[in-house]
This record gives sequence, structure tokens and C-alpha cells, in this order.
Amino acid sequence: MKTIRIGNGQGFWGDSLEAPVELVRRGPLDYLTLDYLAEVTMSIMQKQRARDARSGYARDFVTMIERILPEIVERNIRVIANAGGVNPQACRDAVIEAARRKGLGGKLKVGIVAGDDIMHRLDDLIARGIELKNLDTGEPLSEVRSMVQSANVYLGGGQVATCLGQGAQIIIAGRVTDTGLALGPMIHEFKWARDDWDRLASGTIAGHTVECGAQTTGGNCLIDWETIPNMADIGYPIIEAREDGTFTITKHEGTGGRITVAGVKEQLVYEMGDPHEYITPDCIADFTSIHLEQEAKDRVRFSGIKGRPATDMYKVSISYSAGWKAVGSLVYGWPDALKKAQAADRVLRERLDRLGLRFDHVLTEFVGANACNGPMAGDPSPDLAEVAFRIGVRSSDKSVVERFTRELAPLVLNGPPTVTGFASGRPKAEEIIAYWPALIPKSEVAPEISVVEA
Amino acid sequence: MKVKLLHLAHARSGDKGDTANVGLIAYKPEYYAVLVERVTAERVKEHFRGICFGDVERYELPNLGALNFLLHKSLDGGGTISLRTDAQGKTYSAALLRMEIEVDDALAREVMSSKA
Repeated sequence: MKTIRIGNGQGFWGDSLEAPVELVRRGPLDYLTLDYLAEVTMSIMQKQRARDARSGYARDFVTMIERILPEIVERNIRVIANAGGVNPQACRDAVIEAARRKGLGGKLKVGIVAGDDIMHRLDDLIARGIELKNLDTGEPLSEVRSMVQSANVYLGGGQVATCLGQGAQIIIAGRVTDTGLALGPMIHEFKWARDDWDRLASGTIAGHTVECGAQTTGGNCLIDWETIPNMADIGYPIIEAREDGTFTITKHEGTGGRITVAGVKEQLVYEMGDPHEYITPDCIADFTSIHLEQEAKDRVRFSGIKGRPATDMYKVSISYSAGWKAVGSLVYGWPDALKKAQAADRVLRERLDRLGLRFDHVLTEFVGANACNGPMAGDPSPDLAEVAFRIGVRSSDKSVVERFTRELAPLVLNGPPTVTGFASGRPKAEEIIAYWPALIPKSEVAPEISVVEA
Repeated sequence: MKVKLLHLAHARSGDKGDTANVGLIAYKPEYYAVLVERVTAERVKEHFRGICFGDVERYELPNLGALNFLLHKSLDGGGTISLRTDAQGKTYSAALLRMEIEVDDALAREVMSSKA
């Protein structure tokens, strides 16, 4: 049966720079997928493009791909990356320039999957009664329209497959779903029908399993974590996809990490909602139908996956400005570290009150005592070696947040004793870019797919 | 006898906006039925008091021997709005494993001897 090998070398923008290179160099591979986009990423890229029309994409993708271009061309490995951000055309042009620098002009085709950016159409859509209601709160987008920074439709594996069909060796996508990056090659190679819901669901679940990179090969793995071998050289995941929809998750021989049924289960439940209904642009996948089997060391086989028809909506990722925040911390030492940190909190809050500063929210945590798990952590030991006093504020008024950032450091001289950890300077006031998930009818969106020779 | 979930299951957690999810995975198929019976949405809501301010939903995945919990309003607004150290609920997986449930004595002895 026809089998293809799809490796994922990037779990988010900021993941290992070496992982994609290693995936290409350390063993057989047909496709390399790279996931660069998170909700916040699009708004950062939108701002970059506003300043410079040739930016607005993941620049480190271009630097990385230039390193491995000769091998990719020689071995005919195809690359699919949603590194295009809000400017896939500029990213494509940069990749073409890199190819020419490497003497590979005319030797590969570069494609784009775009049409996801609906920022410039928002007013028109709202005027025509498409409210883009927040999926969590039900509020219409008009509530925050003036604050919107970016708006992108999640396209899927279907569009990736179309672009592969036009001959692209490297695909630069805008907001394509993480799962679509891996599903696209399967639709293309196996000529799966666009209504073969079980197979589309299989490819989608394969994509979900590898979308967080090493989180399925032993990274962030709770079960038996101390015995996972050679984490420093952890292998990134590879899907061995078969025409019938079954697939095996594995990694290159000789790499570190571990792939077991138990470890894979951890990744399957990661960021899960209703397991019966994993909704993507391509299909609805049912996680309760998955059958897992350890077929050999570092090889887990998936079968039995069921799917249902896709909905007639695309999900939209909208970002908007939602005020300002700042977070800072100081460290208090033994003895009575927690008591000192608690006293510092009381003193600081009283000073903020006296200054007449009003915040939407003030949050204090005592790191080392109970910051992450709150009351579940139980009573902290009375003899802690040190405790970090961490305080954050939020306000729609930037000046109030900036004033707060000046009040923390003085505590070193005018607050409780045995205090340190202020060397990194005062906290920074940061703009909050919040996320507004919504739906849009598929009929309102026209994906733009094109391929050019480098 | 009471045992911590830590001895019966492992877990992973993540976020979607202000909702955290915790996937709880039985170490053995026979432990799954115990989890289904004992680790109810109500008990998880009670366990996460002071952290989770919304509803808790539970989904069953018998094929994986796993339960998935959605903890609404648990991340101080979630994402970039949250001021919390753990704005993505990454440590909630292990936090759930702190929960103690009642099991029969034979099972308690078995899990306490095999897993520390």
C-alpha cells in the first residue's frame, strides 16, 4: 500500500530552530510541515506589515529554509508552512530570493495558500448582517470593531492539497489550521475524495497528534518522564500515512525521546474539547473512535477512525486591543519568606490606593507557595527557602499601568527585608491583544492559491 | 481506602481561551471504570475551588481509557488577558492528580505497591 512520511518540525513560532533541519537530515522524509501561527502571532505580524509592507511573516522560516534548500530540492522533499502570516506573498518572494542565492533558481516551485485575511472586509461583512459573534460570549464583533488588529479565516487541508496539485514544492500559507498542514499531503497523494469523511478525519487526527512537535515524542510527557532517553536530542514526530487512512506515528532512528501508546494518549487529549466533535474546515473528527496499538518500539499505529461531514462555516481568528497590563516580581528569602512576601503585597497595594490608581484587575501570586495550583497546593511549608512575590495589574488606561511599574522596585529599600531578584529592572507595560473567535459562512470566503517558479 | 489519582492515572492539560482542559488517562483499562465512577464533574469542580469559577463538563473516551474535563472560567480571562503565571493551565494536569478517591482495599494495595 502507498505510504508517505510527513514530519512536523515546528510546534509554534519560537520552537527549536534545529528541529526541521534534523528532520530533513536524519532520515527518510517526503513532507516537512511547520506550524508557526498562534492567535497572538497574527496581530504581531499585522503591526509589522503596517510599518513595512515587505514584512508581516515568520522571517526565521526563511533563514531556516535557506539552510536546507539544497537537500530539499535534491531529495524532492515538499515543505508546507503557515509561515506566511499576514503577508504570504512577501514570504514567498523572500524564499525565492533565498533559492536564487543558493543557485536553485528555476529548480523549484513555490506556492501560496492565502485568501484567509478578511481584515479589509470586516465593515462590509458586518453591514451585510454577518455579525461575527464571539463564540464564547455571543457578543457581535461591532462591540470591539474599532479595536480590531487582525482577522483571519482558518483554511484547511483541502486548500493545501489543491496547491500541491498545482506542483508547489514549498507552500507558504497564511492561517491554515495546524491539522490541515498534514492532512493536505494525504488528500493530494492518496486522491482522497473531499467527502471521504473517515479518511479526512484520520488525516486530521494524524495532524493533531504531531502539531505540537516533540510533545508527542516524549516532551512535556508526564508518564515515566524521568526515564525518557536522550531528551537533549529528542526526535520530532513523523506520520507514516497509508492510503487506507491508517497511520503510524514514529521518529527517526537514533534520536532521543520515546513514542508509546500512553504518551500519544497524552497528546491526543491536549487542548481537547468535545472528543466526539473535533471540528475543522475539512471534516468533523471523532476522537472516541481511535484505536491505538504499539506495533514496535517508538511506533504507535492508529486505526478505526470515524469522521462526519464538515460544517458550512469557517472559524475566524480575530485579534483586538483590550487594554494594558504589567506583571513584576521580587524574591523574599528565608526565614518567613512567605510572610515577608505577603507583607510586601499589602504595602504595595496600600501605596497604589494612596496614589488613587484604579485598575480593572490586580492579581497577586506567591511563586514557590501556591501560584499555579492555588488552594489545591495545601498549606505551604513554614520554612520555605524563598518565595517570589508576583503581582500583575490590568487597565484600559495605559498611564495607570505605567505608574504601577514604578512602584515595585522601591520596595527593595522601603519594604520588608531579605529581598532580591530585581536586577532585570522594572516591569514593562504591555498592550493586551485579545482573541475573538467567530464563525463565517464558507460561501463568503475565496481562498487564493497560486504557484510560481523560483 | 483513599488513594490519590496520581497512583491510578496520568494527565495532560491545555487551554482554549478562559477554559482549561484536563485529560485524565487511566494507567490500566481496569482503572478506567473506577475513574468514571469516582471522578465526576462535581468532584472536579470542588477540587478546583479557588481556581475554576465556571462549570465543569466531563467527556468519556473509553477507547483511550480517558476522561476529558473542561474547566470554564479557570484562567483569569485566559490567553494574553490573564495575569496568572499559569495562564494556559499547563499545571492543572498534575493538580487533578492530587485528588483522593475512595477505592476498595485490594486495588489500593495494588496501586500503592506498583507506583510510588
